Amino acid sequence: MSFLDIHDLGARYGSLRVLDGIDLSVEQGEVVSLIGPSGSGKSTLLKVITGLMKPDRGRVTLAGAAVDYSNRKSLKAARDRLAIVFQQYNLFGNMTVLRNVTVAPTTIKKRNRRQVEEKARELLDRVGLGDKLHVYPDQLSGGQQQRVAIARALCLEPEILLLDEVTSALDPERVSEVLDTIRLLAKDNIAMLIVSHEMSFVRDVSHRIAFMADGRVQEIGSPEQIFDNPQTDRTRDFVGRISRVGH
Amino acid sequence: MSPDFLSDLPKLFTFYNILLWGEAALTTLLLSAVGCIIGMIVGFVLAIARQSRRRALIPARILSGLFVEIVRRVPFLITLMLFFFGAQVLGFDLAPLTIALIATSVISTAFVSEIIRGGLETLKPAQLEAAAVMNFTPLQTLRLVSIPQALPIVIPPIFGYFVLFIKDTALASQVGVLELTQAGKIMTTKGHSAFLVYAVVLALYFIVSYPLARLGGYLENRLVLSRHS
Amino acid sequence: MHYTLHFGQVTPEIPYLLWGALISLELSVMAFAGGMVIGMVGAIMRLRGGRWLSRLARWYVTFFTNTPQLVQIYFIFFALPEVGILLDPFPAVLLGMTLNAGGYLTEILRAGLASVHQQELDAAETLGMSHLQTLRYVILPHIFKVVMPAMTNQYILMTLGTSMAAIFGVEELTGRAFNINSTTFRSIEIFLLTGGIYVLVTLAATSLLALVGRYAFRARVRIL
Repeated sequence: MSFLDIHDLGARYGSLRVLDGIDLSVEQGEVVSLIGPSGSGKSTLLKVITGLMKPDRGRVTLAGAAVDYSNRKSLKAARDRLAIVFQQYNLFGNMTVLRNVTVAPTTIKKRNRRQVEEKARELLDRVGLGDKLHVYPDQLSGGQQQRVAIARALCLEPEILLLDEVTSALDPERVSEVLDTIRLLAKDNIAMLIVSHEMSFVRDVSHRIAFMADGRVQEIGSPEQIFDNPQTDRTRDFVGRISRVGH
Repeated sequence: MSPDFLSDLPKLFTFYNILLWGEAALTTLLLSAVGCIIGMIVGFVLAIARQSRRRALIPARILSGLFVEIVRRVPFLITLMLFFFGAQVLGFDLAPLTIALIATSVISTAFVSEIIRGGLETLKPAQLEAAAVMNFTPLQTLRLVSIPQALPIVIPPIFGYFVLFIKDTALASQVGVLELTQAGKIMTTKGHSAFLVYAVVLALYFIVSYPLARLGGYLENRLVLSRHS
Repeated sequence: MHYTLHFGQVTPEIPYLLWGALISLELSVMAFAGGMVIGMVGAIMRLRGGRWLSRLARWYVTFFTNTPQLVQIYFIFFALPEVGILLDPFPAVLLGMTLNAGGYLTEILRAGLASVHQQELDAAETLGMSHLQTLRYVILPHIFKVVMPAMTNQYILMTLGTSMAAIFGVEELTGRAFNINSTTFRSIEIFLLTGGIYVLVTLAATSLLALVGRYAFRARVRIL
């Protein structure tokens, strides 16, 4: 079985159905991207996987264990294996950059403080923020905050990393610094599930790409298949439209 | 009573009278301070209960909401009388100061709780989601994220309320607590000029309240600035 | 602790209490109206009064907001007779509450006036509005939108503050509660009931002011 296995997953906001039978899998070390029009349910899928929103049908299996989202223990076990980076970074405003990165590993996962700090410094160095350890998030640019958020997620040593439109809140000139950081990670053999509108980045970094519309995965395949030889009309239509506007 | 106020002035400040004024001013501060400290502690708990989305806490949420909304809509004097006569009827033998402290604590809890709730509401829910996914327990989220962020926001208005509340505690004189207003009443019954006595009482309140109000304004500016530096 | 609430002796007094509430209402409305007059004059003095008038208004606010309303009324009621000014309880309380409210309302209205920007007035002028139209469509709605929540809050606090009148012998709601208390001794029931009437009166006032604010000035005021 795949590392992350999703079967027939459904969810809704009140009476509005946003996920309508998602089937998707991510292997160990694999990078899978979700593309599709806004409102297709991509971000909602990440919310459901992380337990921020309850599914109303279907099954999520993580590392061989089915996740029961109404059971606190089961959800905690699943959250121990994953990490997510949000569109709006969501850093803790009352903590320095370093503390943001170390707080969960030390106080929640009870790892050795010195080792965690060493790792955090190394990660922050890698994302190019080694000189910003003791500043607060609101003193950083959006791109810098997002790189801190990535370091924070990685310091948890997750087995899978979820990225939710991590560049869409950034100024255009900040986008590449964040994408370059993620490109580096992709070489690290960590499983990733990416929601993004940056098509050239997605094509570059993914092993497989899933096209979503109307709360379902319409087509899944290699980047070449999705972008150059789409098998369904809807995918062809979507890819054709975004390549025309020049992404 | 003589309209010759100035000749009465020295008699108002004999050694023993100065002691009385001092004790009264301290009691006034004590009432407001104790009320606000207890109000902060209990008010935090109530504000958190009101914010909670957990099903098991729904009764606590409704009760704390009712408590805050009702107490804020009842005059201080009525609350004070309820505790004063209530203690008598129920057979508790409590000193007036104790009763006043209980009443001021109940009232300031309601007001401070509302200030804290406003402070907690300004927190971005997204940070709480981030904490949840990182397996923070609700208590850890409060301790590590919500409270540290809410405190600098709520301290200036709580301090402002504390300064306002100093003036409200004048009502404690109605159950016989020896605070500034009551000290004034005692002085007039001793035959001092009411004009002079109440001018002194007003001045003493002003001396207590004004520097604290200025400090509150300074505190507010500084904390607002430090958040944006 | 065994105590059973008996409202039986108290319920017949409800009409008596409600008439008292009407006197409380009268007191709060009159003091608020008077306070608004002082507040408007004070706010204009603060902003446009030049050095001395502006200072005078600031001293007024500083004095009345840093001393208790109760002692201010004590002074009017017990001290002024010594210089020949004798007031009955109701006018004494009304005067004290008005002067006190004037201090707080000066600050509230000053903040409202200060929030009107010159650009808005310029914009109104380029639209060809007359002075009266500018006042009616630009300045007043803007000011009320800013001050409505604080004014509502001030009025509620004043409604609760009218209970102080009982201390000076005015037979408004709290005064009548004291009267019943001294004849029936069902203190807990009486003060619970009286408190309940204050809750209802202030809730009604908040709702009414919220509606006024919403329809007249499109200002939002929280009811609860």
